Amino acid sequence: MGRNPVTWLGSPTFPTAARTALADVQLRGNLAHATGTIRTKREAAVGELPDWERLRRAGEAIKDDVLSNLDVYLTRLEAAVTARGGVVHWARDAAEANEIVLGLVRAAGATEVVKVKSMATAEIGLNEALEAGGVSAIETDLAELIVQLGEDRPSHILVPAIHRNRSEIRDIFRATMPGASPSLSDRPAELAEAARAHLRRKFLSAQVAISGANFAVADTGSVVVVESEGNGRMCLTLPRTLITVMGLEKVVPSWRDLEVFLQLLPRSSTAERMNPYTSVWSGVTPGDGPREFHLVLLDNGRTATLADRVGRQALRCIRCSACLNVCPVYERTGGQAYGSVYPGPIGAILTPQLGAGTDDPGTASLLRSLPFASSLCGACYEVCPVRIDIPEVLVHLRGRVVAEKPAYAPEAVAMAAASWVMVSPRRFRFAQRLLGPLRLLARRGRVRRLPWPASLWTDSRDVPAPPRETFSAWWRRNRG
Amino acid sequence: MTTRVALMATCLTDTFFPDTARAVVRLLERLGCTVEFPPAQTCCGQMHYNTGYRRQATTLARHTARTFADYDAVVAPSGSCAGMVRDLYPGLHRSTVRVAGRTYELSEFLVDVLGVEDVGAYFPHRVTYHPTCHSLRMLGVGEKPLRLLRAVRGLELVELPAARSCCGFGGTFALKNADTSTAMLADKMRNVLDTGARVLTAGDNSCLMHIGGGLTRLNTGVRTLHLAEILASTEEEPWVATP
Ligand code: SF4
Repeated sequence: MGRNPVTWLGSPTFPTAARTALADVQLRGNLAHATGTIRTKREAAVGELPDWERLRRAGEAIKDDVLSNLDVYLTRLEAAVTARGGVVHWARDAAEANEIVLGLVRAAGATEVVKVKSMATAEIGLNEALEAGGVSAIETDLAELIVQLGEDRPSHILVPAIHRNRSEIRDIFRATMPGASPSLSDRPAELAEAARAHLRRKFLSAQVAISGANFAVADTGSVVVVESEGNGRMCLTLPRTLITVMGLEKVVPSWRDLEVFLQLLPRSSTAERMNPYTSVWSGVTPGDGPREFHLVLLDNGRTATLADRVGRQALRCIRCSACLNVCPVYERTGGQAYGSVYPGPIGAILTPQLGAGTDDPGTASLLRSLPFASSLCGACYEVCPVRIDIPEVLVHLRGRVVAEKPAYAPEAVAMAAASWVMVSPRRFRFAQRLLGPLRLLARRGRVRRLPWPASLWTDSRDVPAPPRETFSAWWRRNRG
Repeated sequence: MTTRVALMATCLTDTFFPDTARAVVRLLERLGCTVEFPPAQTCCGQMHYNTGYRRQATTLARHTARTFADYDAVVAPSGSCAGMVRDLYPGLHRSTVRVAGRTYELSEFLVDVLGVEDVGAYFPHRVTYHPTCHSLRMLGVGEKPLRLLRAVRGLELVELPAARSCCGFGGTFALKNADTSTAMLADKMRNVLDTGARVLTAGDNSCLMHIGGGLTRLNTGVRTLHLAEILASTEEEPWVATP
């Protein structure tokens, strides 16, 4: 299928993928512009609310309660959905979820399905699985459609085609969209119109729709999808059969809890005060909307993540993308370098946890590289609406990677030696003196070139020449 | 009453930037403090911690806690080392709680503990200031360094565009993801050059070593200088680098 759960098979490690991405001038420009704009808007939207910090704490507390009582809320959700005429399925992993969905589509007699933008179905590679089973899945979110038609990979959680500009989108539409005019221009209104005409036909003919879920209210069995285009609502209301794939952690206890997230999410993700299209449905309603509703509850590494006391906070994520938009690393490399549908800071902590069980060595080394794809600047933690301490989890996951290294690995040896030196003042003073000869290499107070691994530094930065006398030596001589 | 202060020079400043540590001593003594330098100090363990070597970081944290056990105030000319001690030590070992509660980054110590903003400094140059990530987001020093700089006579402070954006240092990140680190550095340098400042200052020699290493590599003519060295400089005794 060309894909493991969560990651794209054959993806290089982060530093390697980043090198390629950094060389792409167009990409750098597109990203800097897009993230810069949304960052400023988010700050303004959040600044309007005097109780923003309290809302964040409420969001954090609700999610923590959900995570520690997941069994209670999920069974409550299942009962409520079932009572309202829906069918609940449980999927341990990507393969199980894909099999369930394919079976349901086949039972409905469909060979084509329309899709609402969804991270969970992207995570499990549902489109590829359906394709292999002879069913074509059509993405109806505009950005997701651009990625699908361009046979590309997404690079952002909210705006999967953020790496594309208008003229690139025009070229993709012209080349791949059935019925697109060869004289299509790159004006946003014209592009949107072309997509609208294309999708309208699909909405009207589709028998089955597939969605994800942003939230599900356990008390009433109500599933919630938030989106900005209205295309999702078409999928959720027109076809006969609706199948929703939802990560286990998306359940919330009650409508009062939902209220907190409906404030946190739009301001964090699109910088809007209120979300444009919020669709909510509870089971099926005779004579209105789909006649059949299936809810697939997906684990795929989530309960394993829950077992890690530090790492589990990643499951609080509401996929708002705020952490991507403020991340200085993401801003330079873009999302595809993270090798997964979850890019940016959240990807760096979620992907290694969800994918932990992989037996593919290439995937394993990608997963090991992800927690290091951060300068730990903390901008992500500052904006996260559910207060995920991303730097803390990054460092924690780095510790896991380190723990797997053999003691004779060069880095482990160097780190052990450094701490052995530094824990003893005598050895440390001695090591400081050993740096003295570096002065001989210096010109005008700077060392310009050093052998590997120090060359990783000196390739782009000078090293200051060590002073004639360290501070501690000076203190001893003058004050000691 | 004089305040007795222990200087935590940090391993990097002690080894590569002794001028900064001397400037801290001069500045604090000018403000009436008694400064001591506990000679057993080495490294706070931040590099080990951030790279995932928690056990070794804990060993260094305990050593640091022992070294500074007898002081009521510990001052470090580094936001990231002060942040390591104050925010992260308590999670490593309980013996570090006391030192964690008594450690300050330089600008915090001046403004919050000593209650001064005008430290009597004189520095007649065009300067821009980069707020380092850990001082900003871990310690929350906010405007304190800027308030100190605004009170320096002769100093022309120019605002750095996109100041809060990380410079790309990030400890071992600068080596493990050298290409990304350099891309971040390039943007930071462009913003510094856009200000037309002659001096870039900050509260962390680690970030300054990274940005400064790029600025000299490109022969930009802009120099980097730790905040302490600007604040220590006076009309009678202007700042001069030790040759
Ligand atoms: S980690 Fe936080 S900021 Fe990032 S997408 Fe999830 S909820 Fe949003």
